[in-house]
Amino acid sequence: MRFFRDGLIALALAVAVLIAIAGPGRAQSFEAALAGFTTDSFRDTEKAINDVAASGHARAADVIAALQEGRLLFDPGAKKVYVRTQAGAIVDAASGEPAASVAPADLNPVRLNNRLRRAVEAALGGLTLLAPDPAKRLEAAQAVFRSRDASALPTLESALDKEADARVKRALAQARAAVILNKADANDDDRLDAVAVIRDRGDQEALALLAALPAGASAEVKKAAADAIGWIEGRLALWNAAQNAWYGLSLGSVLLLAAIGLAITFGVMGVINMAHGEMVMLGAYTTFVVQELIRAHNPALFDYSLIIAVPLAFLVAGAIGILIERGIIRFLYGRPLETLLATWGLSLILQQAVRVAFGASNREVGAPSWMSGAFELGGLTITYGRLWIIVFALSVFALLLGLLRFTRLGLEMRAVTQNRAMAANMGIRTGRIDALTFGLGSGIAGMAGVALSQIDNVSPNLGQSYIIDSFLVVVFGGVGNLWGTLVGALTLGIANKFLEPFAGAVLGKIAILVLIILFIQKRPRGLFALKGRAVEA
Amino acid sequence: MIAPFMTRASDRGAMVFLGLLIAVAVLVPALNLLVPPSSPFHVPTYLVALLGKYLCYALLALSIDLIWGYCGILSLGHGAFFALGGYAMGMYLMRQIGTRGVYAHPTLPDFMVFLNWPELPVYWYGFQHFPYAMLMVLLVPGVLAFVFGWFAFRSRVTGVYLSIITQALTFALMLGFFRNNFGFGGNNGLTDFKDILGFNVQAQGTRAALFVASCAALALGFLICRVVVTSKFGKVLIAIRDAEARTRFLGYRVESYKLFVFTLSACMAGVAGALYVPQVGIINPSEFAPANSIEAVIWVAVGGRGTLTGAVLGAVLVNYAKTFFTTGALAPYWLFVLGSLFVAVTLLMPRGIVGTLQHWWNERKDRRAANGGPVALTDPQPAE
Repeated sequence: MRFFRDGLIALALAVAVLIAIAGPGRAQSFEAALAGFTTDSFRDTEKAINDVAASGHARAADVIAALQEGRLLFDPGAKKVYVRTQAGAIVDAASGEPAASVAPADLNPVRLNNRLRRAVEAALGGLTLLAPDPAKRLEAAQAVFRSRDASALPTLESALDKEADARVKRALAQARAAVILNKADANDDDRLDAVAVIRDRGDQEALALLAALPAGASAEVKKAAADAIGWIEGRLALWNAAQNAWYGLSLGSVLLLAAIGLAITFGVMGVINMAHGEMVMLGAYTTFVVQELIRAHNPALFDYSLIIAVPLAFLVAGAIGILIERGIIRFLYGRPLETLLATWGLSLILQQAVRVAFGASNREVGAPSWMSGAFELGGLTITYGRLWIIVFALSVFALLLGLLRFTRLGLEMRAVTQNRAMAANMGIRTGRIDALTFGLGSGIAGMAGVALSQIDNVSPNLGQSYIIDSFLVVVFGGVGNLWGTLVGALTLGIANKFLEPFAGAVLGKIAILVLIILFIQKRPRGLFALKGRAVEA
Repeated sequence: MIAPFMTRASDRGAMVFLGLLIAVAVLVPALNLLVPPSSPFHVPTYLVALLGKYLCYALLALSIDLIWGYCGILSLGHGAFFALGGYAMGMYLMRQIGTRGVYAHPTLPDFMVFLNWPELPVYWYGFQHFPYAMLMVLLVPGVLAFVFGWFAFRSRVTGVYLSIITQALTFALMLGFFRNNFGFGGNNGLTDFKDILGFNVQAQGTRAALFVASCAALALGFLICRVVVTSKFGKVLIAIRDAEARTRFLGYRVESYKLFVFTLSACMAGVAGALYVPQVGIINPSEFAPANSIEAVIWVAVGGRGTLTGAVLGAVLVNYAKTFFTTGALAPYWLFVLGSLFVAVTLLMPRGIVGTLQHWWNERKDRRAANGGPVALTDPQPAE
């Protein structure tokens, strides 16, 4: 085999040298090959296709492409071959010069059958394997990988030798391995090498290729292939688990965003705010309005629309939150069930107000360029949108934690939560702190709305779909504990995504709900429960 | 703690309520069936069905009032028990269609034929028998409530936590019933009913009979609730509502009391749902929507929780307002009204209509008594 390969390399080199120095000779062989198209016999046509492809002539690709599209014509009398260009002009196949003197009526198209069509495709694949554009070469290599056409092997080998781009080189090697695996007369050593190359590819296509070994393969090759299949399957399962974990993380970050504001209003203040989802919805609509204004006045700013919308959404939702606290909730402290009902009523009013103002249908919120697209990380596909939402959720969480821990407002908030009367005695204006805390929780919900506008429909019902989930996250994580919310959100997100493949999306969701209901029976105060008497107060 | 005059007053209220209910049960069908349509006193059939629907809602409100008003359990998932009762009735009605369905299959309902189900699932067996279906109307919500309550009350899940997990319960059921492979018709639910006990569901006479049945169920539910809340058992319930820990320390098994009343309430809600379905002609998974359950809670709040007549009054009033608003040009404003109702009632009138009236009446009595004798104690405030 080595001899064969060396021979091929020598041949390829020879061809290259010929291409470089012996232009006229090459042209002659090209023209001679073209003559094969004029006999109107399939056998001659096939030979002509292969010869033209092998000639490496600059016009070879054009001619073969024309043949594929039925634009290759021949004059049976003069034994000349012509190409009808896309525009309809007739040109000489060998030179590309316009052939004005020829009457189109005298020309017949070169006929093809299915066998020849395959030959044409292989020839085209071979020609593009040597194309100057690396992207084209990569595509051609992948095409050969799928077609496993043995006739492409010589071109493949010469392309492999010349290739400098590592990615293309790998694709070429894999294509070559695929061809060798399926070639009837390949020997065992080559096949074993090929199995190793395919194994390293490690995806579904590699799996399919290894599973469909030709009948002539020896036991050794079969065993190697079976081993490789096992290895690939294990690897794919790992990547699959990683992908699920990523999806779960992404869902968890969405839950975290939706629940984190609630962790403040419900967890820290003990206020059941059923209108929390509507704060998220208002944030999403703020994004919509910002984008509309930008589109109308300054489209160049569109990429910054979300960055502009985040503080605005915080202010809008926060201001409305303060209004709600001052107008309604402060009269209901110590009556959680009434608070629940009043804020539910409020959520109905807010939804209907938005429905009247913006209409009931979904609103279009666009993604800025830095949030669209995806990249591959090993076997993972990671979209930028999801990545940014995770980053955003975690930074909001960190900011909030810092705010509660290190600022005066945070200190006063904690003081009021722990002992309202004593805080008031120390000169803290508890009413003002209540309003600000509620405004903070609502504002964070508004910021969450900006992120959720990227992945969900912006409609008046947006908040409704998150409210139950958010409450479950806060209750699951433990009331009054921000870390509990983080762990709760990520756990629920990941558990949801891992249950989905077994149970389906809806049943998975039901299973999660049932599990949480059972969990709350077991630990009524959540994962990270506050301990001591303060809890009961 | 309840003074004798109060018991008398509420006894009188109960008598008035039952009298009114009997009058309605006689008058409405009579005016519908016996008075010719040309007469101004004629009650059109659609109105009979509408009033029947209100009565079913009133029974649902009563069941919520029993646990919320008297035991402090705020369930935001009572719509689930209502819908389950409705589905049990709907399954009976589906089996009665027989070969008159679109696909004329003798046993399988249309949607199962459509989904290529080979045979009737086991849990549909027996629903062609009316008594069995009625048993299921009570048992399915009852057993679910018993199991759910058994877990929840024993681990002392109370207050808003209980509210949130009841909401999660009805949400989970809604997601499930929306699925076609659950075998309850997916998001179309059960509809196209023909017969109930051999009578055409659409017929005027059947509608009147269903109306009378709803009145009877409401009256029975009212009497059961009344017996429960005025008995010694009911006193313990009120004690649990007002000071759960203290009641437990006094030696009462709080979770057993709660479990019993929760299960009873779920059965009542199931009956309400079962009467509701033949009168509106459809049951689908949207009945499980958490919003429905919360809406039912506000009926009770408007009428006055802790007063049985208040729950009924609230359900009828709010639903009448809903009909009034949603059938005219005012439709977009209905949610504003409903939302404001939630806010206004909780802020301005936490006792509800009947509760406020009762409170006002008692204060007047107290003032009169105070003029002649020692100052009476004010009535106890519920502690959440």
